[in-house]
Amino acid sequence: MIRYALLRLATALPTLLLLVTLSFFLMRLAPGGPFDGERSLPPQIEASLRAEFHLDEPLPRQYLRYLGGLLRGDLGPSFQYQGFRVRELIAAGLPVSLTLGMCAMALALLLGGAAGIAASLRPGRALDQGLMSLAMLGISVPSYVVGPLLVLLFAVLLRWLPAGGWEPGRWSDLLLPVVALALPQIAAIARLLRGSMLEVLRQPYIRTARAKGLPESRVVLVHALKPALLPVISYLGPATAGLITGSVVVEQVFDLPGIGRYFVQGALNRDYTLVLGVVLFYGATIVLFNFLVDLLYGLINPRLRQS
Amino acid sequence: MSASAGGLWSALRRDSGALAAAVLLSLLLLLILLGPLLSPYAVDSIDFDADWAQPPQWAGQHWFGTDGLGRDLFVRSLEGGRVSLLVGIAATAVSLLIGVAYGAIAGYFGGRLDELMMRAVDILYALPFLFLVILLMVLFGREFWLVFVAIGAINWLDMARIVRGETLALKQREFVLAARASGLGDFSILWGQILPNLLGTVAVVATLTVPQVILTESFLSFLGLGVQEPATSWGALVNDGAREMERTPWTLLLPAGLLALALLCLNRVGDALSDALDRGAD
Repeated sequence: MIRYALLRLATALPTLLLLVTLSFFLMRLAPGGPFDGERSLPPQIEASLRAEFHLDEPLPRQYLRYLGGLLRGDLGPSFQYQGFRVRELIAAGLPVSLTLGMCAMALALLLGGAAGIAASLRPGRALDQGLMSLAMLGISVPSYVVGPLLVLLFAVLLRWLPAGGWEPGRWSDLLLPVVALALPQIAAIARLLRGSMLEVLRQPYIRTARAKGLPESRVVLVHALKPALLPVISYLGPATAGLITGSVVVEQVFDLPGIGRYFVQGALNRDYTLVLGVVLFYGATIVLFNFLVDLLYGLINPRLRQS
Repeated sequence: MSASAGGLWSALRRDSGALAAAVLLSLLLLLILLGPLLSPYAVDSIDFDADWAQPPQWAGQHWFGTDGLGRDLFVRSLEGGRVSLLVGIAATAVSLLIGVAYGAIAGYFGGRLDELMMRAVDILYALPFLFLVILLMVLFGREFWLVFVAIGAINWLDMARIVRGETLALKQREFVLAARASGLGDFSILWGQILPNLLGTVAVVATLTVPQVILTESFLSFLGLGVQEPATSWGALVNDGAREMERTPWTLLLPAGLLALALLCLNRVGDALSDALDRGAD
C-alpha cells in the first residue's frame, strides 16, 4: 500500500510543478505589465512599484522566489486589492466556498446514489426511463442556466427564498446555490451508478445470494452496491473539479462572497497575482483530491495495489 | 469497440428518442442559419420605435421581444447560437486533429514512445485546464480565436486516449499485417489502413465533444471572459438575461431555453451513438 501511495504521489507532484511553472511563465510572457493602466505612472513610481513586486529581477530569480513563497504558502500580494495578500483573500472566501462545495457533494452523493439504485432495479421501465431522462437534462443544463432559473422561480415569482447574499448561519441562503451546484453532479452520479449496478446485478454471485433466500434489499444494498460504488468513487476526483468550476458561476449568480467571486473579479480587473494564486489553489485542491481518491480506491480494491 | 458509419446510423434509427433529438437538432440548426434572414433586424441594431425591453409579441415584429437596449432578441438569440455552435465545431476540429494524430501515433508505434506519450496525457489530465484558459484570457486579452484554440487544446485528451486504444487493437488485425507484409510504409498504413477504420469512433467522440465545448465557451462568456460585445453567444445572453430577470424574464428564458435544448439534443444523440459503439455496431 505504501508503494502504491508513493507511485500515486509521483504522478501528483509533477502535475503540480507543471501547473505552477506553466502559469508562472505564461504570466511573464503576456504582453503588458500589471501597471499598464489608462494613465501612465511617473517613471520613478513605476520603478519603485516594480521593485516592490520584484519585477526588476531576472526571470529565473523571480521564478525561484515565487516557488519559495509557495512552499511557505505565500501567493504574493494582490495587485488590485491593495494591502492584501492573495493568501488572505483566498482565506476570506474559503469558508463560504467550502460550505457550498461540501453540502453540494453530500447532496449529489445522496440523491444521485438513490436515483442510480432506483433506476437500476427495473431497467427500461417507467421509473428508470423517467429518472434517466431527468439525468440527461441534468448533465445538459449547466449551473449558470439552472441558477438564474431557480432564482426566477423561487425568489422572484414565489418569494420563498432569498435571491442571493450571504449571512453566516442562515441556511436559507445556502439552499438554492447548493441545489444549482449539485444538480449536474447528481445527474452524473445517477447515470454512473445505474450503469455499474446493472453490470453487477448480472453477476452469478448475485444470483447465488438471491437463491440463498436473502431479502432483496440486502442483496441490492449490500452485495451489489459495494462493488458498484467503485466507479462512483473514482468519479469523486472529476466531481470535485466540476464542483469547483460550478462554484465560480454559482457564487457569481447568488452573490456569495466565496473564492470564485474574487477569482472572477480578479480576472475581469486583470489582477494577475490573484488569478494566478486562485488557479494554483484550485489546481492544488483538484490534484490533492485526485490523490486522496486514488488512495481510497486502492484501499477498497486490493487488486489495483498489486498491479 | 468498433463501428462503421452505417452501423451507427442504423443504431440511431432504432432509438426513437435519439432520432427525435437528431431531428430537433437539425431544425434548430436550420433556424439558426435561416432565422435571422426572416427578421428585418440586425444583431447590433437598436430599434428606436420599439420599447426598450419589450416583451415577446408573436403578432408584432419582435417575436422574442427586445433586450434592455432595444435590440431584437430573436436575432440575437440565433446569432448567439451561431457563435456558440461555431465555437463548438471549430474547437472540436482542433481537438480532433491533435487527439487523432497523437493517439494514432502512440498506439501504432507502441513501446517506449507510447508509454511516454500516455504518461504525458495522464499528467495533463490532472491539470485544471479551464482555469488555465481563464488565466490565458486574462493575460493575453479576450481574443476570440484564443477561445477556440484554448478550448480545443483542452479537449483532445479523451480523443487521444480512445484513438490510441482503438489503434492498438487495429494494428493486430489481418489487413494491417497484410499491408505491412506487402511492403507499405508506416505512414501509408496509418493513413490508408488505420485512419479510415477509426472514423466511426472519432465521429462518436466528436459528437460528445461538441456539447462539452459549447458548455465551456458559454461558461467563459457567462463570466464575461469569452465573446465580447457587440458580438454575442448563448453564454453571454444568459449572463445579460440573468442580470435583468426580475424586470425582463424573457431575456433570460429564451436564450437559456435554446442553449439547454441544443445541449440536450447533442448529448442525447452522442449518448445513443456511444452506446451503439460500446455494443459494437457494425
